[in-house]
Amino acid sequence: MKIYKFKLVCIAICATLLFVQCDDDENGNVIVQETCDDGIQNGDEEGIDCGGSACEPCIDEIDFSGTYVQEDIMGRPGVNTVFSGADNVKNMFNTSLVSDRMSFQATFEETLEDYHDVYGDALGITIDYETNILGLDAPTFTTVLAQFDALQVAPNGQTTYYDPGTGVVLTGRTLADDVIDISLTLMFGGTSGTRFDGNNGTPQLTSDGVDSGDRDFTLPFPYLETPITQ
Amino acid sequence: MKKTNLFAAIGGACVLALSIVFVAADHIDAPAVAGTTTDIADLYAFEGDNPNNTVLIATLQGPLTPGTVTENAAFDEDVLIEFNIDNTGDFVEDLVIQAIKRGDSMYFFGPAQPAQTGLSSEIATFAGYTAVKISTTDDVQTATNNGMSFFAGPRRDAFYFDFNRFNEVVSGSAAPDGFFPPGTADDFFDELNVLAVAVEVPNSMLGSAPPHVGELVGLTGLPASYNVWVSAKRKQ
Repeated sequence: MKIYKFKLVCIAICATLLFVQCDDDENGNVIVQETCDDGIQNGDEEGIDCGGSACEPCIDEIDFSGTYVQEDIMGRPGVNTVFSGADNVKNMFNTSLVSDRMSFQATFEETLEDYHDVYGDALGITIDYETNILGLDAPTFTTVLAQFDALQVAPNGQTTYYDPGTGVVLTGRTLADDVIDISLTLMFGGTSGTRFDGNNGTPQLTSDGVDSGDRDFTLPFPYLETPITQ
Repeated sequence: MKKTNLFAAIGGACVLALSIVFVAADHIDAPAVAGTTTDIADLYAFEGDNPNNTVLIATLQGPLTPGTVTENAAFDEDVLIEFNIDNTGDFVEDLVIQAIKRGDSMYFFGPAQPAQTGLSSEIATFAGYTAVKISTTDDVQTATNNGMSFFAGPRRDAFYFDFNRFNEVVSGSAAPDGFFPPGTADDFFDELNVLAVAVEVPNSMLGSAPPHVGELVGLTGLPASYNVWVSAKRKQ
């Protein structure tokens, strides 16, 4: 009788452990799936770490066939939305190859000048794009945007869109990078970077005036914050 | 931002859409994908907490208002999310890391040399894969395998931007002041969410980086860098 009870207790403890291991974390904390990642077929798994009641279906039971065709694409922030202009051009950009975008350069340059014209017209003066702080004139700047639209990502060294503290530029994009101010500076900042910065009677066109606020960029993987729930 | 304000802002955006409108980094960037499950919002690529790793994050379907809109947002089993890595400098993908939803999980394949490059893809089932349960707003799951980490689910949008004022700037109605000063400017995305896919991968899996593309236009002294982009592809 005692042995029988002992067995019952053991079964209960083991079942509890199994249940806890597979349970979700009710506190919203990041947890790592472990029971289905032990490299052996156990429990009611149908293969190694797959199938059964706790693990994902085994890979050969899932349909991954078919052809998938590009509908949207993104490299650097804002390129298509800012420079393509017309809706049909935006759609064309999204369905184009990164390596085949020479035809977009002229449109991009025209849009860049249009932005200056719109503002110049409002002020009653003529404003043209001026070679930016990277030394890129309008054709070269828009060539970089159109034909080389990818994030450059350095495997060795700091990764940032631009860090004013270190001067490192175009080696990645962190969550904290103020890509809007960087882009505005490249578009409207001229050679000095401060051409239209709101000082000395100029309009403020090189910063949108917002920072990251109370966002926390110090979190571990996946680095992004939990969703806003209010 | 209160929902009522957001709806007003979106209504205003619809009016402005008749003229020049700029909608965020890539959020709702083109009419053909706006509001669909292939709509990419942002791409981030940066060094991980482990300096030998690179983190790739794509956000989609933004902006999502908090509450039921975020809770009901879902990845699409017909949409392949593909991180593309060019490690030779020709802007053709040499490696891809693919993510696609099946059931309640996101399946990641690669990094692997794709069977074909360009506008059409097949899922690289020949490559190793890792599945991670798709997180919810209050149940966060990550998976690790072979030195890589994986995540998929809703997150707070990291992107910040006074996008309403930008529309006024580009339309000319913000003259002569331009953007608002700090304190007056308003971050449209402050309290909004997105669906995110995140991968952290050891650089040793990505090959050697080519010379920085900036050298082609006279930008010197930049470190060797991969060219990275993300695409969203729909099953035909």
